[in-house]
Amino acid sequence: MQLIDPCDETRTVSVKNLRVETTDNLKQLVEDVSLELLPGEILGVVGESGSGKTTLGLALLGHCRRGLRIGAGTIRVGGELLSDKGPSELQRLRGRLVCYVPQDPATALNPALRIRTQLAECLDKNGSGRNISLEDLLEDVMLPSGAGFLHAFPHQLSGGQLQRVAIAMAFAARPRLIVMDEPTTGLDVSTQSHVLKTVRRLCESHRVAAVYVSHDIAVVASIANRTAVVYAGRIVEMGPTASVLFDPSHPYTRALIRAVPDIDSTATVSGLAGQAPDGGADLKRCSFVPRCALAVPACRATVPPAVPVRPGHEVRCLRAADREHIHERSRLLPEETGSRSNTLLDVRQLTASHGNAKILHDITFKIRAGECVGVVGTSGSGKTTLARSLAGLHEDARGQVIYRDSELVSGTRNRDADARRSIQYIFQSPYGSLNPRRSIGASVATALSQLTTVPAAERRARVLKAFDQVALPASAIDRFPHELSGGQRQRAAIARALIVDPDFLICDEITSALDVSVQARIMELLGELQREHGLTMLFVSHNLAVVRSIAQRVLVMQHGRIVESGLTEAVLTNPSAAVTRQLLQDAPRFSCARSAEYLEEHDVV
Amino acid sequence: MLKFTSAISPLMTLICRRIAFGALTLLILSMLVFFATEILPGDAARVVLGRAANETALQALREQLHLDEPVAARYWHWLVNICTGDFGTSLVNGRPIAELVASRLMNSAVLLVLTTGLTIPLAVGLGVFAALRRGRRSDSFLSVAALVVASLPEFVIGIGLIIVFATVVVQWLPPVSMVPPGTSVFARPLVLVLPTLTLGLVSFPYIFRMIRATMIDVLESDYMEMATLKGLPRWRMTFVHALPNAVAPAIQVVALMLAYLAGGTVMIEYVFGYAGLGQGLMNAIQSRDMPVIQVIVLLLAAFYVLVNLAADIVTILVTPKLRTGTW
Repeated sequence: MQLIDPCDETRTVSVKNLRVETTDNLKQLVEDVSLELLPGEILGVVGESGSGKTTLGLALLGHCRRGLRIGAGTIRVGGELLSDKGPSELQRLRGRLVCYVPQDPATALNPALRIRTQLAECLDKNGSGRNISLEDLLEDVMLPSGAGFLHAFPHQLSGGQLQRVAIAMAFAARPRLIVMDEPTTGLDVSTQSHVLKTVRRLCESHRVAAVYVSHDIAVVASIANRTAVVYAGRIVEMGPTASVLFDPSHPYTRALIRAVPDIDSTATVSGLAGQAPDGGADLKRCSFVPRCALAVPACRATVPPAVPVRPGHEVRCLRAADREHIHERSRLLPEETGSRSNTLLDVRQLTASHGNAKILHDITFKIRAGECVGVVGTSGSGKTTLARSLAGLHEDARGQVIYRDSELVSGTRNRDADARRSIQYIFQSPYGSLNPRRSIGASVATALSQLTTVPAAERRARVLKAFDQVALPASAIDRFPHELSGGQRQRAAIARALIVDPDFLICDEITSALDVSVQARIMELLGELQREHGLTMLFVSHNLAVVRSIAQRVLVMQHGRIVESGLTEAVLTNPSAAVTRQLLQDAPRFSCARSAEYLEEHDVV
Repeated sequence: MLKFTSAISPLMTLICRRIAFGALTLLILSMLVFFATEILPGDAARVVLGRAANETALQALREQLHLDEPVAARYWHWLVNICTGDFGTSLVNGRPIAELVASRLMNSAVLLVLTTGLTIPLAVGLGVFAALRRGRRSDSFLSVAALVVASLPEFVIGIGLIIVFATVVVQWLPPVSMVPPGTSVFARPLVLVLPTLTLGLVSFPYIFRMIRATMIDVLESDYMEMATLKGLPRWRMTFVHALPNAVAPAIQVVALMLAYLAGGTVMIEYVFGYAGLGQGLMNAIQSRDMPVIQVIVLLLAAFYVLVNLAADIVTILVTPKLRTGTW
């Protein structure tokens, strides 16, 4: 890829020294951002939550949320200087020159308007002249174009369909630039893969440049030509995606990459130490200093300038050239212990139903003490129902579940206190699973008072010990859920499970609501618990890469049946079931970025 | 696969269920009304004939009014008569209640329609305007003004308006709104101005504040940010994208206000001497005219039930999520 001449006005997008600040001028959420885009080029923007990536994306449409403003810099899209335009002029250009694809189409599409109305106004906006019909738009994103679909309201469509409608809306005007804000978060891997392919194809065929904002480097790797890594409002590293991914020069980029489980790699993930910044850019020094292991005094004295480490690849780090400290990912996953230990759980011909619908058919498997078994499958495959049946939360289950030496009955209420203590469940959303009106300490202590005979006087000490185990600060004991971040809440939920010394932990998609860097720290924690305390786990997830980085064995489910099972390595390297192959194929992967063309030009890896 | 469930049938089922439920509510109400007036102290026959009446005449009248029958039987007769359109006669002047109530009902309806016809568009319009200009001076002024008006008792507003427009300051409007029996209020339209204005001021703040609040919620939503980013014109964002979503939660408040206007005009009609249902109810209570009390209370209750039924149906109609299934 050749260097881009910054003076060339034929670029689709040219942003120079952009700053977005709070209206009271106290914080700079986006600081000194410059970037260029060619027609048809996709730029991935990655960073943790709070890094300013969404603010940057919105600023490219000349839009700032309440309390923010564009403080400095220029934004030029397709020859129009957006940063100089007044509100009505901007409003005219939005939806024509620059379009937006929202993170959650379920809330971003108007619930009171039909799909037809919402799509048609994107065409009207574009004026006459072009002969695009609504049907063409829907066909572009592979949605049914019948009158019935157009007549539907948003709540009648699935998440994947809604996201494709949002993409069709963005491409309707054939804009010069499309900004996409985490458009596949919340979709399962197969839907995500479809959406990513659609975006890539449309960008290429219509020569539309795109900015793809995401916290997940693996997703960006599979779609973006170039990648920008954002930290505290600044682009700390930007270059061709393969170059950034396989030869990262900024310590933050390296940490972020280590946090993302790669489906092609057997390494476990490792989280980023320290707290993500939320106060915007530091104007006097490198913002990453507090979390950086390589920081030298010079890093505290000045903001590092962006310097090229190779053509088209720039880094803001004084120590970018210093490469001896880079270590490879190491494999820390506990070894397969199945053959040595005893069977902890023996499930025989388990069936479960919801009313008349049978959800699980003839589920038979064993879990040995101390191993972690992953359960994967697309949405609706029955994996959550399986987890809930084992925990006794799904009562309409039949079959034999033998735990240790005795049979478990269905329904927690019918089980004795020791069985309830011994098997603990962690829910998907830490936002919904903690009582908002009780302090974290009280929620965690409830498990203790309900399931154990620990005297009341000792409970606080036990809660603090559990907090320590999950690396929650002791101060969290008197806080309420809304005062904690998503990652901290999930730790609290884990602490609540661990405080009663369980033997078997059931984790239901526990990281899917979390940022990748937070996910990595939770995964590290679970790995540690398994290694050091011999905890047995059932880990339910739709993300194969996450399962690969933690589970020794894996069960693949489809339509309520186990279609494949075995050692994780064996299943993922040599899948036999069609659904496993499909899941593997759809998973976003780093290697997508490793194109032949790139490898020719650069001598990396 | 592409089969949309019919939007009509679940809606019709729902409406039928609501109507049945409304009818049941009215039946229970009729019992409450009848038995409540029944346990009030006082003898209907004595009310009719006066204190000086002798015992034989009283006894004869009691038989004529079926007062000697058991309560349940009298309730049954009353209910059957009401259902067949026979509201009975007034104890005070012996005229049919239907005739007495009809003109008052008409007068009250005129007041109600005028008030809602003026207040709802104004309150919705200003509510939307205030929400769009949230935090600016015009919004603060409207919000404070609405709060001040809402905190004043209705009779204070009525008397204040009389002082300003009819007596002390200027004498542009009649201070009392009495119309001779038998003539229509439209013969003297000026008498309607002050009662309408008072009721409008009383009900305006609730609708205004509700619309402003729901509109602010809607304007902060993801789909409104999306509408901005789609580059839609301002009018389209406001009226096509925001308003339908803001109106749905406000409908219930409008219904409550309508119900209040129907029943709560007692004070206002009393202040202005306006011959509406409220005044009729007051008169009937003062003269212990039980059959009239029962009919008026039942009418107000029926209106209340109807308005709430209508509000539920309108809410369902403007909320696609409630009226369409999934596919």
